[in-house]
Amino acid sequence: MTAYPFLSLSIWLPILAGVLVLVLGGEKNLCRTRWLSLLGALVSFAVTLPLYLGFSNATATMQFVEMAPWIPSFNINYHLGIDGISLWFVLLNSFMTILVVIAGWVVIERRLSQYMAAFLIMSGLINGVFAALDAILFYVYFEAMLIPMYLIIGVWGGPRRVYAAIKFFLYTLLGSLLMLAAFIYLYFEAGGSFDILRFQMLPLPLTVQILIFIAFFLSFAVKVPMWPVHTWLPDAHVEAPTGGSVILAAITLKIGAYGFLRFNLPITPDASHALSGIMIALSLIAVVYIGLVALVQNDMKKLVAYSSISHMGFVTLGIFMFNAMGLEGGLMQMISHGFVSGAMFLCIGVLYDRMHTRQIADYGGVVNTMPIFASFFMLFAMANAGLPGTSGFIGEFIVTLAAVQVNFWYALLAATTLILGAAYTLWMIKRVVFGAVANHHVAELKDINGRETLFLAILAVLVLAMGLYPKPFTDTMHASVMQLIGQVSTSKY
Amino acid sequence: MSMYSLYLLVPLAPLAGSLLAGLLGKKLGRNGSHWVTTLGVAISFLASILIAQDVFAGHSFNGTVYTWLTTQNVSLVVGFLIDPLTVTMMLVVTFVSLMVHIYTIGYMHEDPGYQRFFSYISLFTFSMLMLVMSNNFLQLFFGWEAVGLVSYLLIGFWYTRPTAIYANLKAFLVNRVGDMGFLLGIGLILAHFGSLDYATVFQRAPLLVHDTLSLTGGTSVSLMTLVCVLLFIGAMGKSAQMPLHVWLPDSMEGPTPISALIHAATMVTAGIFMVSRMSPLFELSETARVVVLVIGASTALFMAFLGIIQTDIKRVVAYSTLSQLGYMTVALGVSAYPIAIFHLGTHAFFKALLFLGAGSVIHAMHHEQDMRHMGGLRKYMPITYVTALVGSLALAGIPPFAGFFSKDAIIEAVRASHIPGADYAAFAVLAGVFVTAFYSFRMLFMTFHGKPRMDHHTQEHLHESPAVITIPLVLLAIPSVITGYLYMEPMVIGHYFGDAIQVLPGHGGLEEMRAHWQGVGEFIQEGVLSLPFWLALAGIASAAALYLKWTHIPALIQQRLSGLYTVLDNKYYFDRFNEVFFAGGARCLGTGLWNVGDIKVIDGWLVNGSANLIGRFSQRLRRVQTGFIYHYAFIMIFGVFILMSLWFVKA
Repeated sequence: MTAYPFLSLSIWLPILAGVLVLVLGGEKNLCRTRWLSLLGALVSFAVTLPLYLGFSNATATMQFVEMAPWIPSFNINYHLGIDGISLWFVLLNSFMTILVVIAGWVVIERRLSQYMAAFLIMSGLINGVFAALDAILFYVYFEAMLIPMYLIIGVWGGPRRVYAAIKFFLYTLLGSLLMLAAFIYLYFEAGGSFDILRFQMLPLPLTVQILIFIAFFLSFAVKVPMWPVHTWLPDAHVEAPTGGSVILAAITLKIGAYGFLRFNLPITPDASHALSGIMIALSLIAVVYIGLVALVQNDMKKLVAYSSISHMGFVTLGIFMFNAMGLEGGLMQMISHGFVSGAMFLCIGVLYDRMHTRQIADYGGVVNTMPIFASFFMLFAMANAGLPGTSGFIGEFIVTLAAVQVNFWYALLAATTLILGAAYTLWMIKRVVFGAVANHHVAELKDINGRETLFLAILAVLVLAMGLYPKPFTDTMHASVMQLIGQVSTSKY
Repeated sequence: MSMYSLYLLVPLAPLAGSLLAGLLGKKLGRNGSHWVTTLGVAISFLASILIAQDVFAGHSFNGTVYTWLTTQNVSLVVGFLIDPLTVTMMLVVTFVSLMVHIYTIGYMHEDPGYQRFFSYISLFTFSMLMLVMSNNFLQLFFGWEAVGLVSYLLIGFWYTRPTAIYANLKAFLVNRVGDMGFLLGIGLILAHFGSLDYATVFQRAPLLVHDTLSLTGGTSVSLMTLVCVLLFIGAMGKSAQMPLHVWLPDSMEGPTPISALIHAATMVTAGIFMVSRMSPLFELSETARVVVLVIGASTALFMAFLGIIQTDIKRVVAYSTLSQLGYMTVALGVSAYPIAIFHLGTHAFFKALLFLGAGSVIHAMHHEQDMRHMGGLRKYMPITYVTALVGSLALAGIPPFAGFFSKDAIIEAVRASHIPGADYAAFAVLAGVFVTAFYSFRMLFMTFHGKPRMDHHTQEHLHESPAVITIPLVLLAIPSVITGYLYMEPMVIGHYFGDAIQVLPGHGGLEEMRAHWQGVGEFIQEGVLSLPFWLALAGIASAAALYLKWTHIPALIQQRLSGLYTVLDNKYYFDRFNEVFFAGGARCLGTGLWNVGDIKVIDGWLVNGSANLIGRFSQRLRRVQTGFIYHYAFIMIFGVFILMSLWFVKA
């Protein structure tokens, strides 16, 4: 299909860049480390652009497919490919890595080269997760990705970083072991193949489907995270350095929802239907319960972390209503949430770098000393509250419209986010940004510098552009989403 | 220039102005910023006039500008519907906005946030125009939320004031409650009508009159009623109808020009406009119209009472706005949509005038807003006084000022209507006339008449405001006088709105009014002889008696009726209730869920609990591994013994 293996490049280039940064950049040569990391991130993003430019909207089949035997004795293949669902996550991930590198530029004072390398390597592994079409390959990337994140939280994190890192690691590991068991079962059912696309076509009896569904569910629900397996996320966010929070919120959460789309819906369609009531209930609990919890947080990062869970509730709600609107709304919500939550964490990082506190009570009247920053923060807060014209609106709007078609009460509960989302976000803004200067620390704040303006401005442009013209995004999704709808509405037994 | 590019020019000119002033405000400087924004709005106003001429020559437009998103056979678009209803709104919005832009040059000239302010009000104008020009529900919602955003930004414009940033958060959240209903209404429309395009929806509406929706097990409700009530909840938020009115009085924390533009003339009338636009739907549900009528009537009367006891000049005008919005809503409830829009238009002029007049006073008084510290200002500020008098006469409904026509038309339409609740509404709007006249002249007398009550320093510096402030006042006073007389016949009686508004036969008093219509002169004559006019005169007379002649009496009344006064002073306890029940309740619930749900049950018992359990279990298990061979040997022998016993028993 293509002359160049762009998917492989998008996976291995950042990993290679990461290794190079480790080898060439040292604690003594910070400048070289920084520029090398930035170059690595830029090149890694550049190789993902042909994926979008060469992508055909007309077909639902996998594109940019690469196939090579890996462990032939078990028929395990290095099998890559993307469709309209995974395309955006590869792009989003590679893109956010650039911002994380810029955000960590001078802020990280300890082990800079290792920090940058961890992000670059993680970026490659995450691309692998989204591109893998072989279950074992997927599993390897899925697990390997945990290691850099574990290190990022554990090494560069806050005071309770060890607790948070272990909680994060165990939580996510626990689920994925059952997923491996499910893969092995499917391997034998498929006559000795780990091909995910073959899994999707396997006929399976309902009880088996339900067991497999649960195995996948435990693995992916933790990642999303869905209520009640969400409590690792606020801890992880609070302890993680800014860059870690950005990638955690913007990318790794999406892997859970992506897993539902790639595995649960097409492999176990009947179980998905049978259990959709529970999934929708959990999603709505996430929207309402977590929205209320977010309201009373005192720590900005915790607040945005809870807000993320609440927003991801919209994604899973959209997925488990099995209509095209819900699915596309969910996907749009995921992409937008990547930008918006990333931006929110970067904004909090900007404040934290100056004040070394995330407590809302320590702030007040930031707009007086940091007017430019306040404008950006305000914009992203509005996007977080789902204001039309920003990307945050699309997903919530479309998913709510889709929910009305299924059940009015689902929509009613989901729509409470209009109030709750605005309440927790803008109340925080009121206490942090507005008002008179609260104390002498705030009085001494300096507005954002060029580097900070750069990454916030890039995100601001994206948030607005996507909000005003989302059609290019959904256009690439239609074919794949329609095929997925077809798969999930065809019984397998 | 083609008409289409003219349509585009109307919203884009203010947007361009806003972006220039907002992003390049420092480079453009203060003068540059007010020039680009004012010019943008002026262009928009002129283009609106040209479009209006074209529309009344019979050329409507309904088309797509661009496709925003497609999903599941649904195209969500940005598009324009240009018809008589739209151009009326466009003219009102751009004209008042232009006046406010000019006025702001004088009013805000000392403010450090000068450029930001101009950027915001132009952005508001853009958003409001997108709202009224929309041909579909998506863009309507876009505009709806966007004006809410700008309102939020402008109420909190002076962001260091605690009251301002409290008020703007409150305004946004209360509006969001309405928006939630609005969004659900839009969702139901898409789900059942299969489109968000106005024309398609209106065309399909009659086919769905008898559809019902089962909400819980046994009960089912009429689809059309549910849709209309949900849409109206949205209107209640924006147009500040009880019980979602609580944000509007607090919004007065914003600078006065925006109180005139956003919180009197344009944004708050978005709900009225929206319901009129949706007349083909509302006409199909009587239940929904009764809801509209009762809520409107309650707002009209009860909010007027609150105007009586205010001492802050802006708050009097604010409560008067609430009450007048109630009047418009009443007109909607009795299917008199054209009258609602008529009153919307006249009200926009005289209320913007009153606000800007109040602003002129506040400006002269060095930001003093308490009327108890004013008095006798008419000597110092003749132009402001005369224009405020014109505004008050229009508000009180004295012929031939504009408010007389639109308000009398509403009262007549209500009296002729037979919809349930019409009697209550008729009483409310009639009683409201007296109260309105009373509080508006109370304000006028307290501010401009009597002895000066300000301190010496302020009195010395009192002077009429500069021309940039007085010219908009005069320009707004003119339509406050003439628009009623000029537009009564075409708008209410004639077919001004064409097909833009639909009223089904037998609905409301509009038909009867049309049947008995004998010309505008006759209408004035009848008006002078009828009850509302005398009520209004009585209101003015009472205000004169209490605030000009026997000025010691109000305090006595306040003492005698202290119970009633307390209720009014606390605004019927709406705020208190919301603070305790909703705000407090949500925080309480959030804290509870967090502490009990997340920290105790999930983390405490399940996550760390299971970890502890495994830890404790392992501790116990560890004791088995003692390291003494005779322990292991004993257990082995014991095991063999049990196995052998089992084997024997089985055999």
